[in-house]
Amino acid sequence: MAGLELLSDQGYRVDGRKAAELRKLRARMGVFGQADGSAYIEQGNTKALAVVYGPHEIRGGRSKALHDKALVNCQYSMATFSTGERKRRPHGDRKSTEMTLHLKQTFEAAIMTQLYPRSQIDIYVQILQADGGNYCACVNAATLAVINAGIPMKDYVCACSTGFIEDSPLVDLSYIEESTGGPQVALALLPKSEQIALLEMNGRLHEDHMERVVDAATKGCRDVYAVLDRIVREHMEEVSPTTLVGE
Amino acid sequence: MRETPLSNCEKLFILQAVADRKRLDGRQTYDYRNIKITFGTEYGCCIVELGKTRVLSQVSCELVTPKLNRPTEGIIFFNLELSPMASPAFEPGRQSELLVKLNRLLERCLRNSKCIDTESLCVVAGEKVWQIRVDLHLLNHDGNIIDAASIAAIVSLSHFRRPDVSIQGEEVTVYTPEERDPIPLSIHHMPIAVSFAFFQQGTYLLVDPIEHEERVMDGLLVIAMNKHRELCTIQSSGGIMLLKDQVLRCTKIAGVKVAEITELIQKALENDKKVRKEGGKFGFAESIPNQRITAFKIEEAPVDIDGIEEQAEEILTNAEPPPTVDAKPVLCAPGTGQIGEGIRNEWMMDDLEEEEEEDDEEDIIVEPGDQKMSIDQGKDDEVIVLSESEEEDVVVLAPERKQKEVRSKKKANTKEPQQVASKALTKTRQKKKKGSRL
Repeated sequence: MAGLELLSDQGYRVDGRKAAELRKLRARMGVFGQADGSAYIEQGNTKALAVVYGPHEIRGGRSKALHDKALVNCQYSMATFSTGERKRRPHGDRKSTEMTLHLKQTFEAAIMTQLYPRSQIDIYVQILQADGGNYCACVNAATLAVINAGIPMKDYVCACSTGFIEDSPLVDLSYIEESTGGPQVALALLPKSEQIALLEMNGRLHEDHMERVVDAATKGCRDVYAVLDRIVREHMEEVSPTTLVGE
Repeated sequence: MRETPLSNCEKLFILQAVADRKRLDGRQTYDYRNIKITFGTEYGCCIVELGKTRVLSQVSCELVTPKLNRPTEGIIFFNLELSPMASPAFEPGRQSELLVKLNRLLERCLRNSKCIDTESLCVVAGEKVWQIRVDLHLLNHDGNIIDAASIAAIVSLSHFRRPDVSIQGEEVTVYTPEERDPIPLSIHHMPIAVSFAFFQQGTYLLVDPIEHEERVMDGLLVIAMNKHRELCTIQSSGGIMLLKDQVLRCTKIAGVKVAEITELIQKALENDKKVRKEGGKFGFAESIPNQRITAFKIEEAPVDIDGIEEQAEEILTNAEPPPTVDAKPVLCAPGTGQIGEGIRNEWMMDDLEEEEEEDDEEDIIVEPGDQKMSIDQGKDDEVIVLSESEEEDVVVLAPERKQKEVRSKKKANTKEPQQVASKALTKTRQKKKKGSRL
């Protein structure tokens, strides 16, 4: 990997994007019949599926029930064929468990859980193809699925990863950019209030650059929000053509 | 065993204290607890105490075959154990969410920030590399495990020495410490985690939360940095909504804290090195006589005792007299209990009281300081009062009428004020009198 130029002198990245440019984001809502809500998302070559069940009665041990809010249950898994090297187990290892925790935390903050006391909301996310930004793809897919299930949220949750190479922040990292070992920031944002639902950073980044990177990630999240909002509105028109959304 | 839940009162108390910028252990908002670093006899072993939280760290190494995709890099493995020894809330043998979170944080903080040069751990490319294992055990849980664990891990890694090896052709020789001095790991920088607890939706923020504070906090932000002010890991957790400014402010605070802790670590390492060189006593065994290993010491806190006596006297004179209690509460019927205070007996007191009131007033004017004292005496020195009254020929009142007694005594005081100068004095005088009578 040595000698690979991640940002050319002309300001282009390996896959031909500019520093602040997202990969092509495509999504569809309501892809499963059985589930209460579902969505499929593609961010470049990263592909993810999200399914939401609930709110329903607590399953498996009533002791888990929360008397004042809904329990958010998440599971993150990666398909065995999603990575270059075949994965042995799709979920249950340390990294997946950590990702599950992060997803849970993000959606506990965003979903209005106080509306459904003593009930449970299940969010299952699967990565079909991993090409960087797995967490972000999962959050964006799960947001669409939760909206599809009709569960009220404070706001959309939009996530975007950002790196920092050669003194400029790179938005929405691909696998190649991630694996060079530079700093990485994953940010889950509620765009309207600019509140951060989750902030995660890895690698080494000087404190002085932090603000620029967070700003770039915030901008990325806003861009994601614009796309997601459009998709939701299109889907609504498709489902119920008589009611015009936004009027 | 499940953790004993905090009561609502305790929660409110802590939250109120946080809102008043006070903490349970008297620290300021951005203060750390005392950090102590103790080394074991062997290389790569240490105990880090952060207040009452203590973590034991042990580093070990062995030769293994490297991973296929990284044939020239050594392997570093972290494992944090939360045993039920440290807190009854930890269940044995279960990978709890907390444990996974802490382990991943440690890995990200120390491995992903590349603070240890893994390529220098390679012996034969693709065949033999060193695997460094860092085992961390939590010995006592009093909040902020991650900070203590990250300090313990980096301290033990910098303390650790691996055996020297040499390669001749195909043969790899590992030397014992007697043959060749063991080699320290090459460490580029020291990432140290700093935890921030958020309360009331991020209105208040505390550094280094103790266990009770952790239980009522809304969310936690962990920032790992090194002394070059490079961020190594950031992780927010709990259901809080952060703002960008808060994060940036926390990174600034973390930078200052990390610089202080790094200095402390370096001092501790140098100290240990010096002691080992001089052949002095070191290691845990040395710490046992000082009770540093076996038990918690009571920290001696400096207390200002200048002018404490005057202050106490002032408090005594200003204080209101304690409320009088009836010795015998009224029982409604034999064999019944009564909750609350007994009713004061007012029977046949009217005429006496009128007379005494005048006396009382006089008494107070003459000696205001004595009033309280006489009440105190009246409570438990019945014998004295009785015998005194015998001498002075004061009317003896029924012993259950406490109040009367006191007052009667006050009467006596007005006649001879020097008598009640102090409790001790009256007692001795009494004995003398008794003696003379005998």
